[in-house]
Amino acid sequence: MEVTLTVNGVEHRADVEPRLLLSDFLRHGLELTGTHVGCEHGVCGACTVLMDGAAVRSCLVFAVQADGCELATVEGLAPGGDELHPIQDAFREAHGLQCGFCTPGILMTLVPFLRENPDPSEAEVRAALSGNLCRCTGYQNIVAATRLAASKLREVEV
Amino acid sequence: MKPAPFEYRRPETVEEVIHLLAEYGDEAKLLAGGQSLIPTMNFRLAQPAMLIDLNTVEGLDGLDAGDDGSLRMGAMVRQAMAEKSALVAERVPLLAETLPYVAHAQIRNRGTIGGNLAHADPRSELPAVMLALAASVTVRGPDGERSIGARDFFAGFFETALEEGELLTEVVLPPAVEGGGQAFLEVSRRLGDYAMVGVAASVVCDGAGRCDQASIALLSVGSRPMLAERASACLVGERPSRATVVAAGHAAGNQDIDPPADMHASVAYRRRLATVLVRRALTTAFERAGCVIGEGAS
Repeated sequence: MEVTLTVNGVEHRADVEPRLLLSDFLRHGLELTGTHVGCEHGVCGACTVLMDGAAVRSCLVFAVQADGCELATVEGLAPGGDELHPIQDAFREAHGLQCGFCTPGILMTLVPFLRENPDPSEAEVRAALSGNLCRCTGYQNIVAATRLAASKLREVEV
Repeated sequence: MKPAPFEYRRPETVEEVIHLLAEYGDEAKLLAGGQSLIPTMNFRLAQPAMLIDLNTVEGLDGLDAGDDGSLRMGAMVRQAMAEKSALVAERVPLLAETLPYVAHAQIRNRGTIGGNLAHADPRSELPAVMLALAASVTVRGPDGERSIGARDFFAGFFETALEEGELLTEVVLPPAVEGGGQAFLEVSRRLGDYAMVGVAASVVCDGAGRCDQASIALLSVGSRPMLAERASACLVGERPSRATVVAAGHAAGNQDIDPPADMHASVAYRRRLATVLVRRALTTAFERAGCVIGEGAS
């Protein structure tokens, strides 16, 4: 089945089998392996991408369903080769990751969350990240990094 | 590829969906938000030969305010859309209060109201809300349209009153009643997990401050969401008090339900949760209805 979709501002056309998951299409079809697949049944959140601006689990969407959609993945976050997105920068600075496997999904979850909640409380951050599992950190530094990211984003926007 | 192969259709009208359902019968599955169906397909527990995608069907995502104060929601309204809707918050505050408990934000961005109800997971929050509010669903099939009350819709474990060839098109939430108050509560191990027990309570008090109606729906206590009738009987006709809500909690936890045990909660713990949550939810619901009763210890 023919699909046309935009990923990080670049249009792609492809012929895909209906059963191909969006996560596999991104990784294998477009070789955008920044989107990670963990559980592949909608529990871990590692494969979170933005579909028309909303965070979704790409393992629970078929690629054919993204026909005509604007997608954003972690590869599109950094503005340039040497520059990080403010959320990425905050995660680096506050040690918001250890192995990094869950990080792309967490970053993509946070992009719309911090847009809608520019100054979230710790409880709000924990609620927002409840659908993203991290098996290394114990979440403390992820929450700290998120709040640091929020302050960086607020500065950018002023 | 995780799921088994299937044929895929993107109909644009409800009529086309009905034709496809008639043609493929048992072989076909409807794809709404897919947040429960796709995991089971990824596990190959479900292997439909034909997948009918409702995301392209027109006219299923409306949120319409009825003149009588009711609210009609198209089956494909996303849970996140309902959660953020000012109209839902105004007309059906119990639904707005409950939606943040449904899975996680990423799931609610795809998951739909109708898909959730048609899936009829006994652990899900929305069926209990529909029961507590005496909502109804509209379904369409080869013989036309019919309306089914929530009480009759949830027939058993992942089972509904939908007949073969029918699809759920709309949810109708009745208008709020003067003197009404509602509350939702649940206990889960982690935010977004399935609740071990949850309760949606809706009460109506008359002008004299007596309880006129009480609908208390429980989730995760059996094969389907259920109304705690004996708990309601403790309240109706009585002036709400600490004693009546405590009695209702005990009736719910010890008489109305026959809960299962699993790795998350024993039977005794589920009974205890139901007892306490019903008491607390009723206390809040009565307060919101304008009847303040104190909540003490125990």
